[in-house]
Amino acid sequence: MKKFFSSYENFVLLAIIILAVVITAVNPNFLTLENILDLLKSYSFVGILSIGVLFVLISGGIDISFTATATVAMYVMAVMLNKYGGNMVTAFLIAGVIGISLGMINAIFIHYFKIHSIITTIATLNIYYGLLTFFSNGKWIYSLPPWFREFSQVRVLTLTNAAGREFGLSIITVIWLVLLILAWVILRYTMIGRGIYALGGNPVSAERVGFNIPRLQIFVYSFMGLLAGIAGVVLTLLVQSVAPNSIVGKELDVLAAVILGGASLLGGVGTLRGTVLGVILIATMNNGMTLMRIPPYWYDVLIGMIIVISVSASAYQHRQKKYKTTVIEVQ
Amino acid sequence: MNRKYSENLILILALVGIVLLMGMVNGRQFFQVSNLQAMAFQLPELGILSLAMMITMLTAGINLSIIASANLTAIVAALILSNLLGPDAAGSGATAVSLLAIAAGLLVAALVGLLNGYLIAWLEVSPILATLGTMILLQGAAIVLTKGYVISGFPPLILFIGNGKILGVPMPMIIFTVCATVMAVLLNRTKLGTSIYMFGSNATATHYSGINNRRVIMQTYLVSGIYSGVAALIMMSRFNSAKADYGESYLLMTVLAAVLGGTSAAGGFGTVSGLIIGLIILQVVSNGLNLLRVNNFLTIAIWGIILLLVMIANYYRNQYQQKRRTA
Repeated sequence: MKKFFSSYENFVLLAIIILAVVITAVNPNFLTLENILDLLKSYSFVGILSIGVLFVLISGGIDISFTATATVAMYVMAVMLNKYGGNMVTAFLIAGVIGISLGMINAIFIHYFKIHSIITTIATLNIYYGLLTFFSNGKWIYSLPPWFREFSQVRVLTLTNAAGREFGLSIITVIWLVLLILAWVILRYTMIGRGIYALGGNPVSAERVGFNIPRLQIFVYSFMGLLAGIAGVVLTLLVQSVAPNSIVGKELDVLAAVILGGASLLGGVGTLRGTVLGVILIATMNNGMTLMRIPPYWYDVLIGMIIVISVSASAYQHRQKKYKTTVIEVQ
Repeated sequence: MNRKYSENLILILALVGIVLLMGMVNGRQFFQVSNLQAMAFQLPELGILSLAMMITMLTAGINLSIIASANLTAIVAALILSNLLGPDAAGSGATAVSLLAIAAGLLVAALVGLLNGYLIAWLEVSPILATLGTMILLQGAAIVLTKGYVISGFPPLILFIGNGKILGVPMPMIIFTVCATVMAVLLNRTKLGTSIYMFGSNATATHYSGINNRRVIMQTYLVSGIYSGVAALIMMSRFNSAKADYGESYLLMTVLAAVLGGTSAAGGFGTVSGLIIGLIILQVVSNGLNLLRVNNFLTIAIWGIILLLVMIANYYRNQYQQKRRTA
């Protein structure tokens, strides 16, 4: 029992369970398989982005430009698909390449010109978003190829509820799960993954041990870009339209999920398990507010409070540990 | 001292160049008295917010919550005004209520500053995270208080803060001058100022030289909070309204103004005089782009590009200086 509570992630898990019990007590619709699968589908977008943000935070940096990257990727993708046609593979390919390129631009400024990642990404957020809105005139795209619409309705697993309506595990959720496994393998079993932890823990020692710091940083920000691109496609699948201004400004929601999951801005700390739990906690809270009929304008206050409390708690824990002993944390 | 002068000299040369360029491109409109006066009304709110940003950057921190805390300040003041005065804002006790509203607003701003300071100094949360959290929290509080609506219609005393003139000088300009002077004196002539610069250069060494680091951080964020409150009063007066999402694009601009003026994001370096020159450059460029009818979103992108260019220039200057020092 003591060991259970020594891990921060288990606190998040506990919070989710308590929240779920309270919400279910008020509205039993919450704890149905249908609602949960729906929730997982609609939070795939945040979930995919949060993986990238986790990588950046572990490496000791921060990125807030990913919403702009995702927007540019999905806009260009939609325009190109409408113009030249294609299939799902080309859709992901276009968005992915754009994402990687924009992420790489971030990495170049951060690594080669030693500009702090928050300043770089505040700047590039505005550049990407500003240029996109300028060139697109802020126009929404509603028309998407029919096969694009069909793909979004594909279910890997189909069930029928009591009322006879079909529901199931969406292909969109599966994309998230596949990316999670990929990220888990990278973090746990590759030199790049270990290098990212080392870089965040102590850049100087990481370099002395022989890690290639430029390559690691370029990887981290490009990976963030790639995931932003994929998330852009996923969002387009979910809402079936592309708006230049729909997600810029929402970067804090994603950051909140990752920070809730225990990643620290000091770098070197953070796990995928925690990040997934963070996303689920935010999803539960948001869904719970709807089911319990709490006015939506309370949402920011609650999220803000949870962030302040959780960063304080984890910083306090970190401080206590620091005074006791030097700790090297490994996933 | 030499370094300071040479930095400001480069900035002043850049400013002169930009003003000449503006004169050549659109001189008739640019040098009109009404245009210059419009700039004098616009510069102060951004200027005071930039001062609030700069003082935290000097300690190697950042304050992402300044805009949110400014909006909350304005909303609290506006709610007091609208609830105590009713719809006709020119009632008998208007002056007393206005003063009460101003005091309450500034108190909120100060409390926000203390909250940030507490999180950063005592709980040792990194400044980015702490102020990010308070930013979302304050935004939420502002939305809850207003339910997303605009609160408008203020008594004459409040309107005077942002729109009045004394001897032909715009009131916001006077407030900005006072704020900048106070900040300059605080940074250059007081123990706190010296401690802030020292902390930004090397926190451990500062601690060992007998300075209470926690108090320095608390006071830094307190000052930052109060300045955002002052900016809020000017903003609400100029717009004659308060809303939860005013001035969102200012966050980028305040960082840009500070960095352009020579404030180092890594802490320890930066002057009020540099910041002011940086601000004037920003204002002139922004005004110029406006006169040339450049698209708003393109302008935002241009700010981002300028920020990166300035940072790259700083990087090369630092390298050059380091080479000279080691040679």
